Amino acid sequence: MPAAETSSPDPVRRRVVVRGVVQGVGFRPHAYALARSLHLVGAVWNTDGGVVAEVEGDSADVEEFARRVATDAPPLAVVSAVEVAEVEPRGGTEFCIAASEPTTGRTFVSPDVTVCDDCLADLRDPANRRYRHPFLTCTNCGPRYTITTGLPYDRPATTMAGFPMCEACATEYADPADRRFHAQTICCPGCGPRLRLEAPSRETSYGEAALAEARSLVLDGAVVAVKGIGGYHVACDATNPVAVSMLRKRKQRGDKPFAVMVPTIDDALTLVEATPVEVALLTGRARPVVLAKARPGASVGVVLGAVAPGQADLGVMLAYSPLHHLLLGLPGDEPGPAALVMSSGNLTGEPIVTDDDEARRRLSGLADAWLTHDRPIHVPCDDSVTRAFDESEAPVRRSRGQAPLPITLPFEAPPALAVGGDVKNAFCLADGRLAWMSGHIGDMDDLATQSAFGVAVEHLSMLTGVAPRMVATDRHPSYRSRRWALDHFPASDLVEVQHHHAHVASTMAEHGLPDGRRVIGVAFDGTGYGDDGASWGGEFLIADYGGFARAAHVAYVDLPGGDAGVRNPCRMALSHLRRAGVPWDPSVPSVRACDETELGLLDRQLATGLRCVPTSSMGRLYDAVASLTGICHRAEYDAQAAMELEAAARPWGTVDGYRFGTEGDPLDPGPVVAAVVDDVGAGVERGMVAARFQQAVVDLVVATVRRLREETSIATVTLSGGCFLNAYLTAQCSARLGTDGFDVLTHHVVPASDAGIALGQLAVLAHRLRDHPSPLEQET
Amino acid sequence: MGHGGGGQMSSELVDHLFLPAFADDTLRQLGDSAVLELLGGRIAFSTDTFVVRPLFFPGGSIGELAVNGTVNDLAMSGAQAIFLSAAFILEEGTDVAQVGAVAQRLGEAARQAGVRVVTGDTKVVESGHGDGVYVSTAGLGVVPEGVDVRPDRAEPGDVVIVSGDIGVHGVAIMSVREGLQFGTDIESDTQPLNGLVAEMLAAHRDIHVLRDPTRGGVATSLNEIARASKVGVRLDEGRLPIPEVVSNACAFLGLDPLQVANEGKLLAFVPRSAADLVLEAMRAHPAGLGACVIGEVVEDHPGLVATTTAFGASRVVDLPVGEQLPRIC
Ligand SMILES: [Fe+3]
Ligand SMILES: [Mg+2]
Ligand SMILES: [Zn+2]
Ligand SMILES: [Zn+2]
Repeated sequence: MPAAETSSPDPVRRRVVVRGVVQGVGFRPHAYALARSLHLVGAVWNTDGGVVAEVEGDSADVEEFARRVATDAPPLAVVSAVEVAEVEPRGGTEFCIAASEPTTGRTFVSPDVTVCDDCLADLRDPANRRYRHPFLTCTNCGPRYTITTGLPYDRPATTMAGFPMCEACATEYADPADRRFHAQTICCPGCGPRLRLEAPSRETSYGEAALAEARSLVLDGAVVAVKGIGGYHVACDATNPVAVSMLRKRKQRGDKPFAVMVPTIDDALTLVEATPVEVALLTGRARPVVLAKARPGASVGVVLGAVAPGQADLGVMLAYSPLHHLLLGLPGDEPGPAALVMSSGNLTGEPIVTDDDEARRRLSGLADAWLTHDRPIHVPCDDSVTRAFDESEAPVRRSRGQAPLPITLPFEAPPALAVGGDVKNAFCLADGRLAWMSGHIGDMDDLATQSAFGVAVEHLSMLTGVAPRMVATDRHPSYRSRRWALDHFPASDLVEVQHHHAHVASTMAEHGLPDGRRVIGVAFDGTGYGDDGASWGGEFLIADYGGFARAAHVAYVDLPGGDAGVRNPCRMALSHLRRAGVPWDPSVPSVRACDETELGLLDRQLATGLRCVPTSSMGRLYDAVASLTGICHRAEYDAQAAMELEAAARPWGTVDGYRFGTEGDPLDPGPVVAAVVDDVGAGVERGMVAARFQQAVVDLVVATVRRLREETSIATVTLSGGCFLNAYLTAQCSARLGTDGFDVLTHHVVPASDAGIALGQLAVLAHRLRDHPSPLEQET
Repeated sequence: MGHGGGGQMSSELVDHLFLPAFADDTLRQLGDSAVLELLGGRIAFSTDTFVVRPLFFPGGSIGELAVNGTVNDLAMSGAQAIFLSAAFILEEGTDVAQVGAVAQRLGEAARQAGVRVVTGDTKVVESGHGDGVYVSTAGLGVVPEGVDVRPDRAEPGDVVIVSGDIGVHGVAIMSVREGLQFGTDIESDTQPLNGLVAEMLAAHRDIHVLRDPTRGGVATSLNEIARASKVGVRLDEGRLPIPEVVSNACAFLGLDPLQVANEGKLLAFVPRSAADLVLEAMRAHPAGLGACVIGEVVEDHPGLVATTTAFGASRVVDLPVGEQLPRIC
C-alpha cells in the first residue's frame, strides 16, 4: 500500500480515546481502515484504558474520524465514550497499529458470542483452509470473556497463549484487510486446539474421528460430555426418550425441564411457536436458551413429555460454537441427532465444570464419553436463559453472551461489591456509573459454588479494575453469601439490604430511576428474610433507594419445617387450609396426598408451632394452590409447582378470578383458598381453577396498588421477585396497571428472581453513601 | 432467642462478650473443659448448666444429663472425672417429690460414672422464673500422663470417628415435648463416656481431639474444631450413622441431623494409622458399639466443614443459626 500523504498545509493531530468494549472485537483494524480511507497518519494501540488513536491530517477528516470511529464500530464493540484531545502535529507518512501499552484506566472485555455467518461459511466450505475446524473464530465472533486471563486483551492474556500461530495464520493476523487481522483467537487446523474423544475402556480418538464417534454415540442413546465455551454440557439425543430419561435419572433432577439445542432457527420453529421478539432472541449473538411456547406435536421428534414434563414452554437454543454445528451435522453430513438436550455439566447445585480433569472426575456418573479439547476455559459461564413477555425480553438467567457487559447506574457508586442472594447467585461489582453483573454462579449451599464465587469475584475485579471497598448483602443471618462478605470485609464496610427492598431497587436501578424517586414496589417471591424475622414474599413496599415502608402484605401463614415445607407443596396447602378454617377433608387432593403419619405430624406441628415460620410468601401460596388443585404435591425442583400451575392455567386465558380479602392489611388469602377447595370439590377442571387463582392475584395487585396510589399519589409501580417470571402475572399486571395510568416497570436487563437482587443491593449501598437520607429509612 | 442454641449466636456471645471480659488464655482455647497445671499434675476443670424441658424424658432426666454432661466434658480433655458439684435452681411451687426424683437420678448417675458429688447449693426463684428445676454442675478430673487432647490438634491425615448414632437425644426430646409421633419410640442416648475414653487412650495415647457433640450437634463441634485447628473437615454423607427415625423426623421438620443434640456420643480425631486400633477399642465398650469413621481432615477449605453427597457434590455444613429459617427463594 502506498503511504498516505499529509493532505493539508495545516494538519491537525488529535488523540482519540475510545472506551467501552473495544478490545478483542476488531476495533484497531476498524480504526486503521478508517484512518487510511481518510488519508490520515498516526497510530492506534490498545491500553488497559481503551483504544487510543492518534490521527493527523486535514481537520475535517480528523473530525470525521472521531465521529465514525464510534458510529461505524465493529459488531461486537460497545462504545461507552470517545474523548478527543488536541496534540502537537508530528507529521509522518503512514498509519500503523502500534504495540499495546498498559496505562491506567478501564476497558471492557466482550462477552462470548456465537460463531458469525462468515466463519460458519468457512466451516462449511471444503475449499477453505478452516473447513470443519471446530475452533475457527474471527474478530467478530467467538469466545472472549471465558478465555481472558488478564488485560490488556492480547493473545498472551488468553487461554490461546499456548497455541503459537502458524505462518499462514500469522500472515492473516498481520493483514489489515483480513477479517482475522489481530484476532487474538485466530487459529487453524495446523496450529489450533485439537478435538478429542475420551471414554472409559476405549482408545482416545482425535479430530474428525473424535467427532464421528461422538455423533454415533449420541445417536446410539449415550450421554456425551461436550466441552463448550463457558463449560461442559452433558448432551444426549433429544429425540430419544430413553436417553433423555437416563440423563434425567443420572442428574437426579426429577421432572426439571431440559433445554434443547438445534442447528437453525427453522429447526427451532418446528419445536416452538416463537414470536418475532423470541426469534430475535434466539438468533441474537448471545444465543441464550429461550423459553417459548412448545408446539404440541413437535415435528423433529423431540418428546416434550420427556424433555419438559408438565410445561407449556420449551427452552430452545441455537448452536453457538462451531463444535455444536459439527456435532449436529453440517449440510451434506450423515444425519446426526436432530436436536440435543444440552444440560449444564455439573452435579445438582454445583457450578458448571470447566476443567478437563474435573470433568473426567465429576461427570463420571453422568457421561459415557467426553468430547473435549485442549483450549482451556479460564472462567465458567453457564448458558443464559431468557424469555419474552409481549414485546420485550424478560431474562431468567443472565450469563453467557451477557457477562461482562456493564449496566449503567442512575448515579455514582463507590467501588463496591454486592454479593446477591444464596440461590441462583449472581453478584454485582460497580464503580462510578457502571455496574457489572457476574454470570450465573449457582446455589451457595455448595462448597464448590462458594469457591467458584470467590474466584469469579477476583476475575471480574481484574477485568473491570474495580477493587471493592464496600460490600452489600442480604439480611438473612444464615445466607452463605453474607457469611462470605463477613469473612472478606470488616463489618463496618458492610451494608445489609432487606431482600424485597433489593428486589424493588434492582427494578428501579435497571430503569435508571434517579435517586430520591419513590415507587410502589410489588415484590412477590418464594421467601426472603423479613425485618421481623418472618419469611416475607407477598410484599407491597413504598420504597426509594434509601429505604422502604411495608405498605401491605399477604397475611402470615405457617410455613411448616422451613425448606422442608417448600419441597412439599401439599404441606403448605394444609397449612393454608388450617389458617382459612377449611377442614382437612379427604376430598381435597392435598389431604389425599399425605398418609396418616404425615397428617398427624403436620397437625401437631401446626398446633405447637414447632419449626413453623410465619410467611407472607406469594410463591408459597402458588405452591398451596398447585397442590389443592392436584397439579403438584411434591416439588423436585425450584418453583416446580408454580410453573406447572402456570402451564395448566394457560389454555384458559382470562377468566373470572377469586377474591382475596382486601379489607385493610394484611391481605387475606383465606377466601381464595376456600373458593379453590369449593371449585375443586364441585369438579371444576383444575386448569380453570388455576386460571381463576392467577386472575385473583392479578386483581389483588391492581386493587392494592390503586389503593396505595390514592394514599401516596405515587404512580410508578415496579414488579419484581421470582413470581414475576410468570408470564401471565407480569403481562396482566402490566397491561391492567398501564391502562390505569400507572408507569409500570418490569425487568428487562436483570432477572426478576434472586439472580437480579445484587443490582438492587448495590444501588441501595450507593445511596447510603450519598447525602440523601430517605425519610423511609427511619421506617424500616 | 437464639443465643442458647449452641450455634452461631452463642458463639458470637462468647467471642464478643465473655472472652474479652474474662481475658484468660486457658479459657480462650474453648475446650469442653480447662486443663490446668496444678501441684505438679494436670487437672481438668469444667462447668455446665442444664435447662432441659421436660425434666423427665424417655431414656433419662435432667439428673443424668447434669452428671453425664460434666463427666463427658472432662473426658473430652482425656481426663477421668473424680469430683462433682451440683447446684439446684428451683422454681417456687415445684413438687418436692419431683426434686427428690431428680436428685435420686443424679446420685445414681454419679455412682454409675464413678464420680463423687462433694459440694452443692440450692436457690429458689419466684414462680414463673424457671422451668421447675435447673441444675448446674462443675467437675474436676485428672489428665493422665502423656495425654494431650485439644480442639486445636486436628491435622490433615486425621480421620474423624463418631462413637455411635447421631441425633438421637434431640429427636427424643422433641418427640416427647411436642407430642410428635415419628413412628418408632426413641430414647435419649445420655450416658457417661469416661469409660469409653479410658479404653480409647489405652489403645492409642495420642488421640488429637475429642468432643461431645451436645447442643448444636455434630455440625457445631466439627466447625469449632475446624476453626480452632485451621483445617478443613470433610464428611462422607453415606457413612453418617443416622437412625431412620432421626432422618425421617429431620426431613419432616426441615432440620439437619448434624445440627441435632447428642448426650452420649463423642467425636474423635485420630491419626489414620491408629484408626483401626481405636475403633476396635471403642467397639469393645458398651458406649462405643456403633463407632465408625465418618470423615477426614483435609488441607482444603480451612475452617469449613463439608459433606460429600452420594453424587459427589460437597455441601457446606454450617453452624445452626438460632431458628433454622428457610433459604429457598
Ligand atoms: Fe427473592
Ligand atoms: Mg458442654
Ligand atoms: Zn467469525
Ligand atoms: Zn494456523
